[in-house]
Amino acid sequence: MIADLETGLYVFVLATFLGLEIIRRVSPLLHTPLMSLTNAISAITVVGAIIVAGEQKTTLSTVLGTVAVACSTINLVGGYLITWRMLRMFRKSGKGT
Amino acid sequence: MSLMIGRALPLIYLAAAASFILALKWLSAVPTARRGVVVGAGGMLLAVGATLLEPTIATYRWIAVAFAVGTAIGIPMAMMPMTAVPQRTALSHAFGALAAALVGTAEYYLRAPAIGRFAMGALALEVLLGSLTVTASLMAFGKLQELLPTRPVVWRGQNVLNLSIFGLAAAAGVVLVLHPEAAWLFPPFIGLALLFGVLLILPIGGADMPTVISLLNAYAGLSAAAMGFVLDNKLLIIAGSLDGSSGLILSIIMCKAMNRSFANVLFGGFGQIQAQAAGAETRVARSAAPEDAAEILRSASRVVVVPGYGMAVAQAQHKVRELYDILTKAGVTVTFAIHPVAGRMPGHMNVLLAEANIPYDKLVEMDDANAEFPQADVALVLGANDVTNPAARSDKGSPIYGMPILDVDKSRTVLVVKRSMSPGFAGIDNPLYYLDNTLMIFGDAKAVVGEIVKALAAEGTH
Repeated sequence: MIADLETGLYVFVLATFLGLEIIRRVSPLLHTPLMSLTNAISAITVVGAIIVAGEQKTTLSTVLGTVAVACSTINLVGGYLITWRMLRMFRKSGKGT
Repeated sequence: MSLMIGRALPLIYLAAAASFILALKWLSAVPTARRGVVVGAGGMLLAVGATLLEPTIATYRWIAVAFAVGTAIGIPMAMMPMTAVPQRTALSHAFGALAAALVGTAEYYLRAPAIGRFAMGALALEVLLGSLTVTASLMAFGKLQELLPTRPVVWRGQNVLNLSIFGLAAAAGVVLVLHPEAAWLFPPFIGLALLFGVLLILPIGGADMPTVISLLNAYAGLSAAAMGFVLDNKLLIIAGSLDGSSGLILSIIMCKAMNRSFANVLFGGFGQIQAQAAGAETRVARSAAPEDAAEILRSASRVVVVPGYGMAVAQAQHKVRELYDILTKAGVTVTFAIHPVAGRMPGHMNVLLAEANIPYDKLVEMDDANAEFPQADVALVLGANDVTNPAARSDKGSPIYGMPILDVDKSRTVLVVKRSMSPGFAGIDNPLYYLDNTLMIFGDAKAVVGEIVKALAAEGTH
C-alpha cells in the first residue's frame, strides 16, 4: 500500500508537470477544443465506473456505478465528437470554403 | 483468456495514457490537431474495451443500458451550435464531476470502515471536489443559458458564510478520514459540498465565466485524479492530472488577461461595483448610420474587427463572414483581434469565427493585434466593451485599471456597433465612445453588419 501510494504520487506529480508543459504550448486559437478534449480524456473515469456497475456487489453501488457510467459516456462520446467538429471548422485562407 | 487480460490490462492502460499525452501534444497546432483527437479516442476505446473483459464484472446489463443512455445524450450535446459551447462545456464539467462523486460514494459504502487512511483521504477529496463541481457547474450552466440572473448575486457577509460552509465540509472530510466508520457523517458531507458549489457561483457575473469554467475544469480533473488514487489506477491519475493542469493553465491565462487574482474572481463580486458617478459632465458620443460605416470601410485599406460576446449573442458571425468576403474582394486587408477573455469561455470567439468559415490565420492574438492598430484605418468593434476600454490604461480609479486591452483607440477611425450606450457587464463607463475618432452605430450586431454588407454590395453593382 505504501509503495503503491508512493508510485501514485510520483505519477501524479510527473503527469501534472508534463501536462503544464504540453498545454502551455497549445495555441490560444484552440483553447475551446482543448477544453472539450481534456474533458473527453478525463471521461476515462468510465473504467472505474464500469467495474463498480458490473461487480454488482450491492444495489446502491450498482445504481451509483450505472449512473456514473452514463455520465462518463456522455463526456466520452460528446467530448471527442464536438472536438472533432470544431477542429474541422478551422481552415487556412485560400483552402476551399 | 481472463488471465491474459489481467496481465495485459496494465499495458493497455499505459498505451492509453501515452495516447492522451500525444493527443494533447498534437493539439498545439491546427494542422496536427485532428490526428490528436483520433489517437486520443483510439486509446480511450482500447482502455474501455479491455476493462469490459475484466473477470470481476458479473453482468453487462446495466453497463449496456448506461452506454446507451450516455450515447443518446452525448451525441446531441456534441451537435449544439458553437454559440452554445460555453453552456455545453459547463454541463460536461458537471457530468464528469458527478461520475467521480458517484464512484467515490459507491466505494465508500463498499469499503468503509475497512479502508486505508490514505485511500479514504483521496476518496474524501474526490467526493468533496466532485460534489461541489457538480452544483457549481450547473449554476454556471444556468447563468450562461440565462436561466439564472447573470448579474452577480451578492450580500453582506457572503464570503464569511461561503468560507464557513467550505470549512465545515472540509472538517467533515477530515473526521471521515480519521473515523471512516462514522457513516452518518457522509451524507451531510456531500450536502455541504453541494451547497458550497451553489454559493460559490452566485456572486460571479457573466464576464468572469471564462475563468470560472477553466477553474471548474481543473476541479473536475483533480477529482478524477483523486479517483485514480482511490482505485489505485494510474491511468485515471494521469488523465485527471492532464485535465487538472489544463484547467489550471487556462484559469491563469484568463486571470492575467483581466489583471485579477483567483481570490478576486471568486470572492470579488465583480460587476457589482457600480461605477462611481463618473463626473456629472454630459459627454456626447457621435453616432452614425450603417451606410456611413460602409462608406468608411470602403475607403479603408486595413480593417481590424474586434469581436466580443455581443457578436455571439446576436449570432452575427455569418454576417461578419459576408462582410469579410466583400471587403477582402475589394482589396481591403481584414484581420480579427481576439482578446483572451472575449466571450464566455477561453477561445470562444475563435470557434465562432471558424464556424463561419473565416480562415484561422486571420485571427490575431492580443499582442500582435495591438501592434496592428496604429496602422489600421478602421477598428470595427462588434459587441465587445470592457476589453476595449482605454480607461484600463490611463484611469487609476477605474475598476479595470491595469487590465490588458485591445488598443482600438489607436486606429484612425473606430466604429463601435452596440445596442445602446448602457455600460458593459462591469458597469463601467467606456471613454472610448466619446473619442473624436469614434463613431457609434446603434443596433443589433447581426442587423447592423447585414446593413453594412447591403450598402457595400449596392455600391459594388453601380
